Amino acid sequence: MAPVRLTRAIEFATSLRYARPDLGPEENRALFGRLASRHGHNYRLEVTVEGEPDPATGMVMDLAELKQVLDAEIMARFDHRDLVDDTPYFAKCLPTPENFALRIRQILLEALPPGALARIRLQPDEDHWVEVIEER
Amino acid sequence: MRIAVTRRYGFPAAHVLARPEWPPARNERVYGKCANPAGHGHDYGVEVTVAGPLDPGSGRVVDPAWLDALVRERVIERLSHRLLNDDPAFREAVPTAENIARFVEGALEGPIAAGSRARLVRVRILETPRNVFETGELR
Repeated sequence: MAPVRLTRAIEFATSLRYARPDLGPEENRALFGRLASRHGHNYRLEVTVEGEPDPATGMVMDLAELKQVLDAEIMARFDHRDLVDDTPYFAKCLPTPENFALRIRQILLEALPPGALARIRLQPDEDHWVEVIEER
Repeated sequence: MRIAVTRRYGFPAAHVLARPEWPPARNERVYGKCANPAGHGHDYGVEVTVAGPLDPGSGRVVDPAWLDALVRERVIERLSHRLLNDDPAFREAVPTAENIARFVEGALEGPIAAGSRARLVRVRILETPRNVFETGELR
């Protein structure tokens, strides 16, 4: 049968600024405008895993286990943190929603059972989001 | 390019996540709070997505009133204000949201194909706004 997908959403508050390390403050401001100043978002992240429900339990994955992975890997890393100052990865990589989503994908691919991750959707605000969909 | 239409429905229902043949301790280990024998409930959201050719006359993929009536008859009236475990669909399959999604897919797929030019492409069950279960096509 076709797989079933399960999505868990979390929200976290994170600050960021766009600053290329090879440019000075004035140049960054000229390039990125207000995004060069430290600002923040209430990010909403939806993580979708897929698989065949276990015939005995009827579950694709234990929700508590998924929640635990998201707490340990995402909330602990990013909630009430600064992306640029607290995450070495973004010292050299602009914290655009696209780059942030790709970083989260990389973290979750390592933390979740192989083949489980199907999609992530990262939403910096209500009107705007980025999706990364795994190829099968 | 494809045009898909999604309609959103809902129903309140109760369930118990437990296998009758398992001892209580095992059910509790597997399902946690959801194994409470007295049950608990959710306001389930149901999103039904169909895709198909655009009818040149109506400019629609599906008649929304027809789809609403079908979903009401096959799904909502059957599951709303019930203990899901009592439904024959969940006698063998524990009424997890995964199995509810499969049930809704099975209940709608045939009638939509038979009664319209559209086909069912996705079913999403929102057990809570944070926990969503879906079957069908990802794109």
